[in-house]
Amino acid sequence: MIVQAAPIRAKRVLPGFTLSLGTTLLYLTVIILIPVLALILKGAEIGPTRFWAIVTSPRALAAFQVTLTAAVVATLFNAIYGLLMAWVLVRHDFPGKRLLDALMDIPFALPTAVAGLSLTALFSANGWIGAWLEPQGISVVYTIWGVALAMAFTSVPFVVRSVQPVLEDLDPAYEQAARTLGASEWAIFSRVVFPQILPAWLAGCTIAFARSLGEFGAIVFIAGNIPMQTEIAALLAFIRLEEFDYNGAAAIALVLLIFALVLLFISNRLQAWALRHKAV
Amino acid sequence: MTIAITSLIKSFDRTAVLRGIDLTVEAGELVALLGPSGSGKTTLLKIIAGLEWPDAGGLSVDGRDWLALTAQERRIGFVFQHYALFPHMKVRDNIAFGLTVGPRAARPPKPEIAARVDDLLALLQITHLADRFPSQLSGGQRQRVALGRALAIRPAVLLLDEPFGALDAAIRRDLRRWLREVHEATGSTTIFVTHDQEEAFELADRVVVMGEGRIEQIGTADQIHDHPASPFVARFMGAVAELPVALHAGRVDAAGLDASRLERRAMADGPARLFLRPDAIALEPDAASPWILHQMASNGAVIRAVLRDGTGLELPADLPRHSAPKLVKGAAYRLQPLSGAVFASGLGPAPSEAAPSSILQEKHA
Repeated sequence: MIVQAAPIRAKRVLPGFTLSLGTTLLYLTVIILIPVLALILKGAEIGPTRFWAIVTSPRALAAFQVTLTAAVVATLFNAIYGLLMAWVLVRHDFPGKRLLDALMDIPFALPTAVAGLSLTALFSANGWIGAWLEPQGISVVYTIWGVALAMAFTSVPFVVRSVQPVLEDLDPAYEQAARTLGASEWAIFSRVVFPQILPAWLAGCTIAFARSLGEFGAIVFIAGNIPMQTEIAALLAFIRLEEFDYNGAAAIALVLLIFALVLLFISNRLQAWALRHKAV
Repeated sequence: MTIAITSLIKSFDRTAVLRGIDLTVEAGELVALLGPSGSGKTTLLKIIAGLEWPDAGGLSVDGRDWLALTAQERRIGFVFQHYALFPHMKVRDNIAFGLTVGPRAARPPKPEIAARVDDLLALLQITHLADRFPSQLSGGQRQRVALGRALAIRPAVLLLDEPFGALDAAIRRDLRRWLREVHEATGSTTIFVTHDQEEAFELADRVVVMGEGRIEQIGTADQIHDHPASPFVARFMGAVAELPVALHAGRVDAAGLDASRLERRAMADGPARLFLRPDAIALEPDAASPWILHQMASNGAVIRAVLRDGTGLELPADLPRHSAPKLVKGAAYRLQPLSGAVFASGLGPAPSEAAPSSILQEKHA
């Protein structure tokens, strides 16, 4: 007689898989999915015509333009400076390196309002740096440069902290191999090292850009918030909310959300391309 | 290309890694650097490659001072222990790398690069892998690609760091034979590092045994096997049994020892140590001997016997199962070494203070 044995199930190392998956999904729903869905519904309930009218109003268009331009400038700056910073922190030994490494996290830890205030104090016409820049005809405070500066300040750690661990783990044998094959130092960087940190760098730049799009606290202090000139999209949504124009606020926020999602999509495709060799 | 290394010294922090290396490698020769980990062999290889710099000493190739050249200028092929293939490049691009990064004027035209890569792929029998990424290859295949990448620049000297260390036994044997063929086909001066004696002796023309930053002995497999130059080499070659003996008129003497098959030594009388390999010991029943058979186990082909004398000293002996005498546990046996190395005792066990051997030293060959 054949006895049907109970199917043997693989033992999992961590117990409670069902419970932990359930909790994670619930949190994901409550904290991320529902707010995003509510935003989309709120923005959609006014109908496409009004939605279009709100987001293409001159003031809204100007706000989007300021936000995007400043975010692009800030991200380009951080892409280069952040990479350099990560390189210096990983590849060089110098006194005070650990202090510098710790300082890198200040933009994360500092309340953004404090960052905005100190930047304003520094760069205003009678601040330490502003007093020196102003006579050269460069004004930062109350201009789009101020917006970009605040964005760059708050988002630079994203690039540094994404690239740093990958660079640390990079086997020095790759560079040594390239060297024995006759590659110049520049060829070693551009053809051996950079392609391997590219995915992490792209990821860091994307998060930095997304963070810049949404930055609020640091910017409102330094930007002056002049409608049509230095008013950012997040602030405009806030103003609409204060005017009890929930739909208007949601419509503007929705556009920001779409920007961020499109960017995330592009970045994921780029990273997949940069990691194509990992596919088995 | 003849490589001449003179009095090379190197330390990391305060630890001496190379304590004066003198070595000449002839053009077209295949030499193995053999030694346990920490003996400085990889450091020596990296200094030849220009990836490390010595604190003192000389390195010249065909009379040219290589310490004045960067790694890029030396035109060497280096195969890394874990291959260090560029993960984001296909096999073809990995092999072509060295041909595409040189100074623009020295770069061969594209069709020539493609042709050279195709030739190498064929030589290494990996043509079918040309469009794969390194992550899609097995260890043995990666090894071939790494060698192809190193050979592509037609190196003056080929250096390999533990070339078969990360592979399993069957592939190692295959690749060993194949590396020998590649070496003969290209004729390049080749130095490889290994901690595996079998690998070193089977593959190399000459073996350089290193221990604690010094060269202990240079020679062929037979020379090193039969005439170890120091206690260090004897131990490294598997002479795990050490017996205290007395020397009388060039003959070793100890209780329960039948040294009739050992050759006489031109050494002064006095206490000495006899180094024996377990497979070079025969046993004869002898009730007067202090050596008692303590343990025995068979692996089918060989019986491993452990004998113990009155002082608690243990001695392993490997005997062929079919031809060995019938062994009885607890019985006394006389040792009859078939070969062995004798070194004057009293000079300490440190290999770096190797006792003068009875045998002609092969240093600075």
